[in-house]
Amino acid sequence: MKFVDEFREPELITRTADEIRRLADPGRHYRLMEVCGGHTHAIYRFGLKDLLPENIELIHGPGCPVCVLPMGRIDDGLSMAQRPDVIFTAFGDMMRVPGTKGSPLEHKARGMDVRIVYSPTDALKLACSNPDKHVMFFAIGFETTAPSTALTLLRARAEGIRNFSVFCNHVTIIPAIRAILDSPDMRLDAFIGPGHVSTVIGCRPYEWIASDEGKPIVVSGFEPLDMLQSIVMILRQLNAGETKVENQYKRVVPWEGNPAALKAMAQVFQLRPYFEWRGLGFISQSALRIRDSFAEWDSEQRFEIPGLRVTDPKAAQCGEVLKGVLKPHQCKLFGRECTPEMPVGALMVSSEGSCAAYYSYEHRKTAMVNILSPTA
Amino acid sequence: MDEDEKNETALGACHMCLAIPGKIVEISSTNPESATVDVVGVRRKVDLGLLEKDRPVPGDWVLIHVGFAMSKISEQDALDQMNTLRMLGESEAAMQEIEGYGLYDYDTGKPKSA
Repeated sequence: MKFVDEFREPELITRTADEIRRLADPGRHYRLMEVCGGHTHAIYRFGLKDLLPENIELIHGPGCPVCVLPMGRIDDGLSMAQRPDVIFTAFGDMMRVPGTKGSPLEHKARGMDVRIVYSPTDALKLACSNPDKHVMFFAIGFETTAPSTALTLLRARAEGIRNFSVFCNHVTIIPAIRAILDSPDMRLDAFIGPGHVSTVIGCRPYEWIASDEGKPIVVSGFEPLDMLQSIVMILRQLNAGETKVENQYKRVVPWEGNPAALKAMAQVFQLRPYFEWRGLGFISQSALRIRDSFAEWDSEQRFEIPGLRVTDPKAAQCGEVLKGVLKPHQCKLFGRECTPEMPVGALMVSSEGSCAAYYSYEHRKTAMVNILSPTA
Repeated sequence: MDEDEKNETALGACHMCLAIPGKIVEISSTNPESATVDVVGVRRKVDLGLLEKDRPVPGDWVLIHVGFAMSKISEQDALDQMNTLRMLGESEAAMQEIEGYGLYDYDTGKPKSA
């Protein structure tokens, strides 16, 4: 509650929170999943849970790209970049993510040429200005960042820049939602849909969630008021026995998405038959690879990819937390073996991972409970 | 601690997931897909290649992801978005990201001064 005064239109927020209380049936328990890591971060940062009645539970979904990337892929990328003529580039988010032999930053400390870029085009420019080197870009992210990688590859080909390649780790959100819905222990009532991913893919790809799975989904913005309004929209659907896709974030998200971004992605990428997600396992057609027509710019086709697999310790219950079966603090490792400083599991890796967010904002409240009754 | 490392320790936010609002100041005369944006007084180049059907013009506001303008928005939404970043404790990360764009000059390959 303490943040309410900072919010824009605090009165409207209070009114919307009241509306949620009015709409929520006290005899029912609501389990809503926010798919996007940005929403997870915002929910904790704003203390939104304090504005919701106790019978509305928010389950944190798989939408943190750093969290769901298997450690083996980091090892693969770093291993291909061992060659002295390679410059390894990645977004800052990747720099501290641990591989088996350390993070990219630690590799840099050991002498590897590792550089942060803020845009894939900067990696391409680096290749232009270092013709005697090969610049590898470690690409990661959902549909929010995949079009930028695609357009960069189209430019590389158009400009004939051949000392540049992309190690593609882009994933797509829809198959992850499907995997969660297919899992036998799934218990969800509705989804808060991702805001920025939907800027690219639009709202249509979610229609099966409403029509086939019978779950409402509301694409939402990131302000506290946005998320509360989305919850109102979800409750109205549930109370009326309706299931549809709604767009609360119309001011940014067009129903049809961004056609230029989708076109660039289709030109450059194709679906991988399957891809491993940390915490969720292998999911069919859930990730993008670079098309053969761009083989020259595909790190996996240019270099020998070791194809390393590193399994998370059995004790880490990331999958259960991702599916909403367990709360972050109910995992056996939470806050003990697994902390943001020394992450064991996927969800502790980035500030948008539900365990790291929970640790930062809620841990103090629950630490005593966890210590007093470890199996709680 | 070098510059990259310092940048890394300063942030808590997921940079690649940030949507940063900026105002188009100028479109490059030689490359229609390159524009200068103003983000709270900091000017940087962004790519317009993903808004080919709905090209922004100077004065328009856009949301920027990893150096690419991804959608046009209203001025009010831009101000609200900046406010959201501030409330989320992500405005520093956003400014750092903006200042990072075009870090490497196309021609010289040398890091540009901010």
